[in-house]
Amino acid sequence: MKKDGKRVYPYIPNSVPKIKEQMLKEIGAKSIEELYADIPENLRYKSKMNLPPPLTSENALKRHIDEIFAKNKTCEENISFLGGGCYRHQVPAICDEINQRSEFLTAYAGEPYEDHGRFQSLFEYESLMGELLDMDVVNVPTYDWSQAASTAIRMAERITGRKEILVSAIISPERLMVIKNYCHPVLKIRMVKHCPETGRLDLDDLKSKFSKDTAGIYFENPSYLGFIEAQGQTIADIAHKKGALSIVGVDPTSLGILTPPSQYGADIVCGDIQGLGIHMFYGGGMGGFIATHDEEKFVMEYPSRLFGITTTTVEGEYGFGDVAYERTSFAEREEGKEFVGTHSALWGITAGVYLALMGPEGMKELGTAILQKSQYAMKQLSTINRVKVPRFDSSHFKEFVVDFNETGFKIKDINKALLDKGIFGGRDLSEEFPEFGYCALYCVTEVITKKDIDTLVESLEEILRNPL
Amino acid sequence: MREKFHQAKWDEPVIFELHTPGERGVLVPEVEQEIQETVGDGISQIPEQMRRKNKPALPEVSQMRVLKHFLRISQHTLGADFNIDIGQGTCTMKYSPKINESFVRSPKAAEIHPCQDEDTVQGALEVIYKLDTFLQEISGMDKFTFQPGGGAAAILVMVSIIQKYHELRGDGQERDEIITTIFSHPSDAAAAAVKGYKVITLYPDESGLPDIEALKKAVSKKTAGLLITNPEDTGIFNYKIQEFTRIVHEAGGLCGYDQANANGLLGITRAKEADFDMCFFNLHKSFSSPHGCGGPATGALGVRENFIDYMPIPLVDFDGKKYSLNHNLPHSIGKVRSFYGVFPAVLRAYSWIMSLGAEGLREVAEVAVLNNNYVMKKIQQIKGAAISYPKSPCRIEQVRYTWEKLTEDTGVSTEDVTNRMVDFGFHLWSSHHPWVVPQPFTIEPTESYSKAELDEYLAGLEKTVDEAYEDPGKAKNAPYQSVSHKIDHHPLDDPEKWAVTWRAYLKKQKKGG
Repeated sequence: MKKDGKRVYPYIPNSVPKIKEQMLKEIGAKSIEELYADIPENLRYKSKMNLPPPLTSENALKRHIDEIFAKNKTCEENISFLGGGCYRHQVPAICDEINQRSEFLTAYAGEPYEDHGRFQSLFEYESLMGELLDMDVVNVPTYDWSQAASTAIRMAERITGRKEILVSAIISPERLMVIKNYCHPVLKIRMVKHCPETGRLDLDDLKSKFSKDTAGIYFENPSYLGFIEAQGQTIADIAHKKGALSIVGVDPTSLGILTPPSQYGADIVCGDIQGLGIHMFYGGGMGGFIATHDEEKFVMEYPSRLFGITTTTVEGEYGFGDVAYERTSFAEREEGKEFVGTHSALWGITAGVYLALMGPEGMKELGTAILQKSQYAMKQLSTINRVKVPRFDSSHFKEFVVDFNETGFKIKDINKALLDKGIFGGRDLSEEFPEFGYCALYCVTEVITKKDIDTLVESLEEILRNPL
Repeated sequence: MREKFHQAKWDEPVIFELHTPGERGVLVPEVEQEIQETVGDGISQIPEQMRRKNKPALPEVSQMRVLKHFLRISQHTLGADFNIDIGQGTCTMKYSPKINESFVRSPKAAEIHPCQDEDTVQGALEVIYKLDTFLQEISGMDKFTFQPGGGAAAILVMVSIIQKYHELRGDGQERDEIITTIFSHPSDAAAAAVKGYKVITLYPDESGLPDIEALKKAVSKKTAGLLITNPEDTGIFNYKIQEFTRIVHEAGGLCGYDQANANGLLGITRAKEADFDMCFFNLHKSFSSPHGCGGPATGALGVRENFIDYMPIPLVDFDGKKYSLNHNLPHSIGKVRSFYGVFPAVLRAYSWIMSLGAEGLREVAEVAVLNNNYVMKKIQQIKGAAISYPKSPCRIEQVRYTWEKLTEDTGVSTEDVTNRMVDFGFHLWSSHHPWVVPQPFTIEPTESYSKAELDEYLAGLEKTVDEAYEDPGKAKNAPYQSVSHKIDHHPLDDPEKWAVTWRAYLKKQKKGG
């Protein structure tokens, strides 16, 4: 506080009264108020905003935030089996090191010269994802998987000129909500049944729902409930025969060991990069990818930025820039493809760093560790009396449904009891899939240890032994 | 002015060129022996056709080399922390305080899962709830959501609410037009088209304001709503804005205020007084969350009480004791993003407002306007530059200028000036398309830069212009002191040559011989 009671603002250099005076003089205005002359009286806000008194020092602000933070219990402090679209994986220190760099953190929309590094890092992200997905075109990331799936579907609509889309009944209900809003009222969405025993897509139902208006089929592999869809090629063949596209959502952490969708006929592949070196951030770490083959009719339907490599006036120098920029809404407003703006670029850069660190062996080991640990968890959980796991008779990756129906315990109650023991139990599916009854979606990644799993099993045994 | 500036230039290869077979960047947590003995190799349980046969051709690079690679290319990037970032008008490239970054890095923010029991995330919910109440004060709206992942997503929510509102009233089919203006963000038009709307775009009259007579002609029983920015990209405050909302309301439409950038208006004027039904702020613009090379970000969307039921689910409520997620909104449009949005952006905006308070926010707005008017005065003295729409001399937080005269005199275009400014360590953006104002550029000084810094940037513009009048080739062949030299755009638009990935590049190189 200055002597005259006027605050000095470290973030606002020209709040210094003398500088203000000098600038006003140069402008030829008597007061700042004069500069607002165009805003009519009746639109002026006359009161003072009712906001808390400011915490002007960093120390005061930090103490305040720390008090709030104390009310959060983290997945580091507890054992977490939560997944369902947002995952706790190992985050290499270098991922944080790079995405906290001032250069990347505070850049935005510079030209390919002064922001050469932004273009190169995102081109490298696209390229590394391209190898993982075995596809030649990958976008600068969109908001998240839900948006990526929605856009993939709208791309299929434009590519085929058809207005109906088939969607597997077992996808994330939250994602389905995003897709429905994004497609309404332009596309009609029809749900395709799954086999109640295995979870796989019901091929008879799929065939019966295809029509001349069908743009494509969207399914996920591994599915939202963790089981693996082994009929990918058959599904793609059915779609292609009808002149439609196969659109597959995939978890990229599985692709060191599982077959990428492009190798079973997928035309458009999408998913989320949060698992690739990005913290969960309460769901703020999401980033969506879309990938296709390098065909003009596909590339021209992307709404996203696509950064490409080119040459410069100097021999041997790499330059980077926007590929087919004229397709975007930046160039063509409502005539462009959907819209592009600020999405999740920094997470794209981070995922690129992650894949560069992991390499082929790292991705293979990651996938293997997740398979082994989740298989171990399923096996141990299935030893608990009246607990059925996995609910679906299929192979799984990372996630699986634990069926507690026979125990008579509601998931809500089980999870409260687990929480008392420092365990975040699997996601309660009773609202998302009421037809399953008392079921929970458990997630086991590479950061979970044998001890964590054994603790879970022991705790569940104890909880289920005693009536609540 | 930094005439001897040269940007970092490491001549760094593409990551794939660093591949050394066998090297590892990071190791994966080991699988315990007992687990391996119990379940075997894991992969055997996977159906044959789902086992990947060829490993992905990712590069193999040791850890320090990966670090060095990305640190070097980070240095090839000119963030707001480095340059005087006033040349990216409409984007509010202000300072993102470092203390707030330390909060985001805390495990208390980073290591929480969106599906945790509400009792375990009361801190996170409190931050969301309180920022909501702050933005209510700033806008006059009654409830905010932070789910949209950017401004365009917030616009999509506004359009979705407008659509749902008319559908529930039974005239959704008939009302199939959205009105916007050419100086509103391209996404106002584009997101409306995604939702199936016909878009009517109003152009400016001589004063630079959207033509109100054109609006009167545009409204009808087909009007679903109006999406409009104010001030628009020109920086002119639309003083008739209340008349705009009245005309649209009388025709039965709803009004959405695009306040992605509201930096000059905090505490001065609000969406409520201008009779808007809903509005949004970009937390990565006026509210200091860093832009991150283009996200993650947040379009904070607020509505009046009668539209709360339409918002995406869930909202955060508070009963005086406990914060909770409310999924029970009868007319909800559903969702536009998984979970609750970009929590780091919410946390930063919360902290930023907590550090400034009501007076501080007003100081932000006033100084942003002061800086803008100062820069405008000086740019008008630069040969070849002018403001657009000189009949409206009063500008708020930014100005769209034109190099029309410079181009006429010398042939040097906006793009050329942009490229030459790079050589002095500056960034200058042209403007959104279409270029209604010829050879445009847009400057938004925000509150974050000192007078000395503004003067330095202005000196850069002057120097570039002086050169252009002496030797137009200088700008036309720029840059010289940046990371790379002038790029060849042609291959980027040619399907035979474009390469969005390294593998596509190698294939096409091979094909081309």
